[in-house]
Amino acid sequence: MKNEMIEIRWHGRGGQGAKTAALLLADAAFHTGKFVQGFPEYGPERMGAPITAYNRISERRCTVHSNIYEPDYVVVVDETLLSCVEVTAGLKPEGAIIINSGKTPQALRELLKGYTGRVCTIDAGRISEEELGKNFPNTPMLAAVVKVSGIVEPDAFVTNMEQSFRHKFAAKPQVVEGNLHALRRGMEEVRVG
Amino acid sequence: MSWQASEMTPEVTWREITPGCAIFEGGTSVAVETGDWRTKKPVLDWDKCRQCLLCAPVCPDMSIPVKDGKRGEFQYFFCKGCGICAEACPFHAITMVRDEK
Amino acid sequence: MGIRERLSGNEAIAYAMKQIDPDVMGAFPITPSTEIPQYFSSYVDNGEVNTEFIAVESEHSALSTCIGAQAAGARAVSATSSCGLIYMAEMLYVAASNRLPITLAVSCRALSGPININNDHSDAMSVRDCGWLMLFAETNQEAYDNYLQAMRIGEAVGLPIMICQDGFITSHAIENIELVEDDKVKAFVGEYTPQHTLLKNPMAVGPYATPVYYIESKRQQAQAMIDAKRVVRAVADEFARMTGRQYDLLESYRMEDAERAIVIMGSSAGTAKQAVDELRELGEKVGLIKIRCFRPFPAEELAQALRNTLAFGVMDKADSFNAHCGPIYAETAAALYAQGVGAPKGISYIYGLGGRDVRVESIKRVFSDLEEISRTGETGETYRYLDVRE
Repeated sequence: MKNEMIEIRWHGRGGQGAKTAALLLADAAFHTGKFVQGFPEYGPERMGAPITAYNRISERRCTVHSNIYEPDYVVVVDETLLSCVEVTAGLKPEGAIIINSGKTPQALRELLKGYTGRVCTIDAGRISEEELGKNFPNTPMLAAVVKVSGIVEPDAFVTNMEQSFRHKFAAKPQVVEGNLHALRRGMEEVRVG
Repeated sequence: MSWQASEMTPEVTWREITPGCAIFEGGTSVAVETGDWRTKKPVLDWDKCRQCLLCAPVCPDMSIPVKDGKRGEFQYFFCKGCGICAEACPFHAITMVRDEK
Repeated sequence: MGIRERLSGNEAIAYAMKQIDPDVMGAFPITPSTEIPQYFSSYVDNGEVNTEFIAVESEHSALSTCIGAQAAGARAVSATSSCGLIYMAEMLYVAASNRLPITLAVSCRALSGPININNDHSDAMSVRDCGWLMLFAETNQEAYDNYLQAMRIGEAVGLPIMICQDGFITSHAIENIELVEDDKVKAFVGEYTPQHTLLKNPMAVGPYATPVYYIESKRQQAQAMIDAKRVVRAVADEFARMTGRQYDLLESYRMEDAERAIVIMGSSAGTAKQAVDELRELGEKVGLIKIRCFRPFPAEELAQALRNTLAFGVMDKADSFNAHCGPIYAETAAALYAQGVGAPKGISYIYGLGGRDVRVESIKRVFSDLEEISRTGETGETYRYLDVRE
């Protein structure tokens, strides 16, 4: 039987919200009935320093409490990390790496030390600027991860996120619309190479 | 289980002793005779005493009872013979004498 | 049916506290338990609980606050980690010997130095002989469930209780959890009705005991810990009737015909279960014993569980620095000796210190060592560090 568990590793910088994104993904998967783990790798809190966060998502409860060394997917929240962190370490070739960048997958592949799997890019920063007026890349990033990985059924994901936005931004309906646009664009505009 | 201080004798067993040796009543020192620690005892010369009451608050035990604004006779049951009252008395009304029990 | 949720271990503890609505919380923040008083103070601020939250200037004062409150007849709680826990040490003894059933949540963390904020059990193990009941959780669910059972156990035997979980590994990780409905929690935990309190009748707490009385007092305290084994089980059974989740002093995992076993406590037990499963797939007769209740120590039960093994490894996330073994190993060996079990060969492993990640592969290395020992009969060095660079 194929191991139905999906493991994801997030790379970001302290203060950029990679941990929050991992927790949001766990939330989204939880709401579609999965067993989830979402956890950061903790150390001294330093704004801007490279940080790692993880997700395990599966149909059954996962008892393992270690970090993830052979992820199915890697998400890079800040493309400047590509030159200083070995982001593809252990990444399965049948998986994918999803990078927050305006560049094409082809342009970034050469920085990835011979990784042979799918390289995906999403310009989450630009989408966020255009839809929300601020650089909050988490929403489009999350959408791109869901699209590429298929860990959550896309329609259920959008419905679920919409409910969550309406709850979170009850006093600011325009923010709800902006986030929903950012979400849809994240799914549509992710480039797979 | 014993609950009163008077029941906490040196014969009390581990099953009977109160949890944490807690004492479930107040003012249990009333029952403890500290007077037998004494080698000297204070004696009051009533003729010299002006009832200034400077002696009463300096007593570290309960040996100088005060009622209706006046001190009474020493309570030798508690008096350890420390002599602080004799030092405090401005009228030399208290003398420490050898205690013949 | 419970309520399906996903919470971090710290959130789960704070939520359990909210459901219980204790009378007093005395707390001082320290990583990684800070979130517990942080979340709980929001509940206080929002009026969701009636708790008196007392912010103090140190952990020593936090526990002193709890001692005063509990002696006055209140249910008192706190939370801490690492240096904060050992800064409480003096008052930990005072709380236990005055028989005050305070509940303390511990998100376990390494001690300095070198300074480190990550998980191991050095903090909890260093206060293991203070006279507190101690339960350890593998998951967020267990941390929550143990917390709901804590007051019932502590109050029944008149001892304070620590509910320990692994800092960051469960305290900061989101996992699925099934919560118990508020009314059921209230009914299960019940009211705290001590016979004697400072506020009810005149009472002296913590008096001086001369040599004529002191050891009798300690013998009685020891009996409370002995009696607690039965209470931990009785409360667990009642909890199981409510939730369907059954707990015991320890959990035997695939031990039926196990020739090689490990004894382990906390979050790494889950990782080790995966290792056991994978080795069982290959036909290896391996199993695992997870200690849930460390104080009182399930000595007879552990000895019985290990008696038919050929070799076992005891995993300690803390060192005793006694030049021969970790704290759980010492307890395990004493338990076996007392039961007259001498055949299995035991190894003491110190592992996971200061957040060193414990992987499925790490546990497999232990089982590989045990396989060699049971095959050759040679134990070699019995005091080993796991996954340390040579």
